[in-house]
Amino acid sequence: MTQVTMTVNGKSVSGDVEGRTLLSDFLRKTLRLTGTHIGCDTSQCGACVVHVNGRAVKSCTAFALELEGAEVRTIEGMANADGSLGTVQQAFQDHHGLQCGFCTPGMVMSAAALLADNPKPTEAEIREYLEGNICRCTGYHNIVKAVMAASGQDVAAVAAE
Amino acid sequence: MYSFEFARPGSIDEAVKALKAEEAQALGGGQTLIPTLKQRLAAPSVLVSLSGIAEMQGVCVSDDNALCVGGATPHAVVAKEAAKSFPALAGMASRIGDPAVRNRGTVGGSLANNDPSACYPAAALGTGATIKTNAREIAADDYFQGMFATALDEGEIITEVRFPIPEKANYQKFVQPASRFALVGVFVAKYASGVRVAVTGASEDGVFRWTEAEEALSKDFSAKAVEGLKVSADGMISDLHGPAAYRAHLVGVLTGRAVNAAA
Repeated sequence: MTQVTMTVNGKSVSGDVEGRTLLSDFLRKTLRLTGTHIGCDTSQCGACVVHVNGRAVKSCTAFALELEGAEVRTIEGMANADGSLGTVQQAFQDHHGLQCGFCTPGMVMSAAALLADNPKPTEAEIREYLEGNICRCTGYHNIVKAVMAASGQDVAAVAAE
Repeated sequence: MYSFEFARPGSIDEAVKALKAEEAQALGGGQTLIPTLKQRLAAPSVLVSLSGIAEMQGVCVSDDNALCVGGATPHAVVAKEAAKSFPALAGMASRIGDPAVRNRGTVGGSLANNDPSACYPAAALGTGATIKTNAREIAADDYFQGMFATALDEGEIITEVRFPIPEKANYQKFVQPASRFALVGVFVAKYASGVRVAVTGASEDGVFRWTEAEEALSKDFSAKAVEGLKVSADGMISDLHGPAAYRAHLVGVLTGRAVNAAA
């Protein structure tokens, strides 16, 4: 076991991990931050997306020991300081961007990474950016609407198909 | 995943030393290797992460007009930083996998793995890139040696890749939508010395140069020049995503599109 230290949602945290411990396992098992979901565990579905130094990363496809000293943000770090939902989270609620909710942590983290880079994305840019996040309930339509709304754009323009 | 020791050296020298351990394995961005480890298809004793080596990061343009990319540079960084100096390469990098994969996956990892459907091998062969390792420089024409096979020796690390910047170039990728790898991908690059055409995703021997198209395009750089050319379906990959004849057909179509789009 080796000790790893990183900043998660603004707090310095450390824990003893094996070489093979994935970031997703470190977050869920060591830190008990179970908002990050493991869907496929094969790098396909994006449910486990978190931010590492501001960039979207699949936490099931990075080792904890690679992230010594990194700034990590998870879905638990997305709410406002007073505990109310953050902008992207609120937009998902308002626009019915989730049904079962399993993919939602990854969707919200990917959407937030997109908006940090591109504050007013087009519908096509949103759909392209979310290629690595799979949802089996919504058909994506309301997710795209939610991201449009979170960026302060008119959602009525989102194509019906 | 089988258990292994984890090393994260801070320099190329330290990494080379760490890789001398028996059954040691280098880890680039891990976007292929970590899933492989999970499936227990690899069992290294030591995994040597290259992500902490500052001298293997970054993109620049050399005096002899080549784009130099550090071996551990993620695709997303290449997509952003090469957008002006070499847009065809930046465009290729911006369409690998998905955004989260591009934030971790690296040029060195892609070339060392040499997946027969990966994009970077087409860019490296299509530009006649030089693959710099801790020990030597390898020309792309000598580097690719068949599916998942390269000229790299045990423990050799790709430290930098130098892509000569062409007058015009384009990469056309016909995406296999489930994996986002190339069902077929064609990189076309026009230099003063002639045109290079490299094809990925199609051949059972991995990435290859389509020399007939290169000769035709070197004489006349237009989609018309390759219209009548056909690639043989012999030795092409045939799987549930597309039979050999379909892939052979795509090579011609995508080459024409790449010429039309070259900039």
